[in-house]
Amino acid sequence: MVTHESHHDHHHHDEGFWRKYIFSVDHKVIGIQYGITSLIFLLVGFCFMLVMRYQMAWPEKAFITTDQYNMLGAMHGTIMVFMGVVPLAVGAFGNYMVPIQIGAPDMAFPRLNMASYWVFLPGCIVMMLGFLTDGGAAQSGWTSYTPLSVLAGSGKFWDGQTMWLLGMVFLITSSLLGSVNFIVTIFQLRAPGLTFMRLPFFVWTQLVTAFLLLLAFPPLEAAGILQLMDRLAETSFFMPSGLVVSDVVQDQFSGGNPLLYQHLFWFLAHPEVYVLILPAMGIVAEIVTNNTRKPLWGYKSMVYAAIFLGFMSFLVWAHHMYMTGMGTAISAFFQTTTMIISIPSVVILTAFFISLWGGSIRYNTPMLFALSFLPMFGIGGLTGLPLGLSTSDIHLHDTYYVIGHFHYVVAPGTVFALFAGIYYWYPKVTGKRMNETLGKIHFWGSIVCMNLVFMPMFGMGLAGVSRRLWDGGAVYAHAQEVLHLNEYSTWGAFGLIFFQLFFIVNFFGSLFSKEKTDDNLWQATTLEWCAAPSPPLPHLNFARIPEVHRGPYEYSVPGHKTDFSPQTMKETEA
Amino acid sequence: MKSFLQLWMPSNASTHGGSVDNLIFYIHWLMLVLFVGWGIFFVYTLFRFNRTRNPKADYHGVKNHYSSYLEFAVALIEAVLLIGFSLPFWIQEIAGAAEENTDHDIELRVIGQQFQWNIHYPGKDGIFGKTSPNLVDGTSNVLGLDRSDPNAKDDFSSQGLSIPVNKKILVHVSSYDVIHSFFLPVMRVKQDAIPGISVPVVFTATETSPKDPKKSEKWEIGCAQLCGTGHYKMQGDLVVLEEDAYNTWVDEQVKQALEEGEAW
Repeated sequence: MVTHESHHDHHHHDEGFWRKYIFSVDHKVIGIQYGITSLIFLLVGFCFMLVMRYQMAWPEKAFITTDQYNMLGAMHGTIMVFMGVVPLAVGAFGNYMVPIQIGAPDMAFPRLNMASYWVFLPGCIVMMLGFLTDGGAAQSGWTSYTPLSVLAGSGKFWDGQTMWLLGMVFLITSSLLGSVNFIVTIFQLRAPGLTFMRLPFFVWTQLVTAFLLLLAFPPLEAAGILQLMDRLAETSFFMPSGLVVSDVVQDQFSGGNPLLYQHLFWFLAHPEVYVLILPAMGIVAEIVTNNTRKPLWGYKSMVYAAIFLGFMSFLVWAHHMYMTGMGTAISAFFQTTTMIISIPSVVILTAFFISLWGGSIRYNTPMLFALSFLPMFGIGGLTGLPLGLSTSDIHLHDTYYVIGHFHYVVAPGTVFALFAGIYYWYPKVTGKRMNETLGKIHFWGSIVCMNLVFMPMFGMGLAGVSRRLWDGGAVYAHAQEVLHLNEYSTWGAFGLIFFQLFFIVNFFGSLFSKEKTDDNLWQATTLEWCAAPSPPLPHLNFARIPEVHRGPYEYSVPGHKTDFSPQTMKETEA
Repeated sequence: MKSFLQLWMPSNASTHGGSVDNLIFYIHWLMLVLFVGWGIFFVYTLFRFNRTRNPKADYHGVKNHYSSYLEFAVALIEAVLLIGFSLPFWIQEIAGAAEENTDHDIELRVIGQQFQWNIHYPGKDGIFGKTSPNLVDGTSNVLGLDRSDPNAKDDFSSQGLSIPVNKKILVHVSSYDVIHSFFLPVMRVKQDAIPGISVPVVFTATETSPKDPKKSEKWEIGCAQLCGTGHYKMQGDLVVLEEDAYNTWVDEQVKQALEEGEAW
């Protein structure tokens, strides 16, 4: 147990409000800043989608214009990925938990960490400023494919697409600053005895994620700047000769190639998929082991699988581009790598399922969310298979099947894992516990509604209904028989927001709970629970740096007194 | 599985479409087996090992490594789907066939434009007249045809795609403005229309399209890639005719083009 007596007498000077809460260098405060910002953006991105879903279900009402629809669509994707899920998974959970889980007093570069948040927030603001420009926000999809994106809007500085590109440059810079910090921290600041194979799986996933962020994001930063030049300086990196828009020849452009942009974009955006999914797997590993009261099955193979996933994710990007007319050899290469990358995902998912066998499973709210991640991610992963082979992709590419596929991965997959993480670590961060009843209503309502939103999309996709249609496909003959599915999705989305109210009330209400939790509420083995108080000490986290004597998930070890053996427990104490 | 998926999918009316559909069916079988297998294991485990039924967890859990067989089996099946089906189809019937086309019956150009599909027919001579972006005019000359070129005299354009049945069609897909995606659901054809690049696609229709179709029976060209404000309505008609009817239609169009040509 943690001793509170040996208070941190060094470093005990009073900081002003600004230094303590706003421009803090404490990784915990920065983690909370990231957390609050990203939760707000997740809600904003969700509300955008509600408006779009309403429009698609009842297009005859023409609730919004086509331009507004395209803006909300582009910004929904951008917000959810770059300002919602990644900052929550990496910026919030990673920042807060990684140093504590490895027994470090802070990140290796606290000021860099602060800089990362203070580049991130302006990036978000700049991007949202797009809505205030005359033409409105970016409306060329979250992919911003050229030439559409370069031709969009006024082509001036004060314009939605320009703001999108500038915002992107900020956001990518921020994640670069963050990723360097994670890598150095995990390599350099592990507590004595904490070898790599004793790291919690969550830390491993954050490490792989940091490498992905570090290596995959620069190409998009470059692409963003080049596109900015095409817009503002009339260069032609991505703009071919002979464009005619509304009968006007665009002869300021010549000799560029729009496919170059797609390659640069997907070179980022495929690894990005694993940036979204790996931390979620890490969170699930923490919660599943804790609540089955047994070790993770196949820990080492999961670690190797995660590293292999990270590596392979750089070699599959062009499977997003099968329909661009790539040659047979290139397509054969990318189909092969895509099939190969599915194997480590199967390994990880199987290991999770097997980990449950023989457990003594507690069904609390974090566990329910973590468990539901498995079948939901399963659906998301499996429906990726027909998209990964170019022949079957012909019919499904750019249809609602794709939307269903990646939303199953990210929404009931990653987002559920993030909810699990919030319910699991909330007591650690605040010292208060979230209400279980509200949590369970939130869970059961969300899982039903999530499936109601996304399951119909597979039907629409098989029917060949394209994505990004303002009227939900009403113009098309081949969509007529499945149009009613739009309404199910929309009702599902409205149900989903209703059940998020239980989460919001719970999240804020629990802060005022009078009851303080134990330091190790869940009887967990990892350092953040067994060696640090709840909440951890401001600056330095621990009363003294813990020493690690065993692996991360030593639950129900035969012969031990309790069913959990903390990482700090010496062999003699057992 | 096949009949379940066909409930949702549009009918197939092309020679290569069956291969596409079959691969989709096979993959869904694999998905179903894996999902049901995992699902049964998952649900049983949740039930069997809950805290009240199993108060003490087993440190070791599963001791065998049968799961490696599963992973190996998945890898093997994926390899079969890839090497046995997807790659050969793609090479023989789709991209490869288009790259090495030699024996097509009809050659057309498809040019995407915000927000309509323009099909360039070469006319009776089978030779495409010269075109230039500078001549493009949305009302009178969507293709940008150079009317002074003799080969352009009998060229004509159409906003729908009309083709004869059982003939091998070669289309060159391109765009004049932004990226579109040329999608023929019933033909299992999809190809991005990218400005500055012309990509060949081959396909053969096996049936004629319904005559005097109701709205839901029409065969269509769709746009699968976000192309701007009017993306949702970038729809065109696909009409597959008997050869005679097709020739009659072409004759009429050529005649009209020549008459218009007199007026230049």
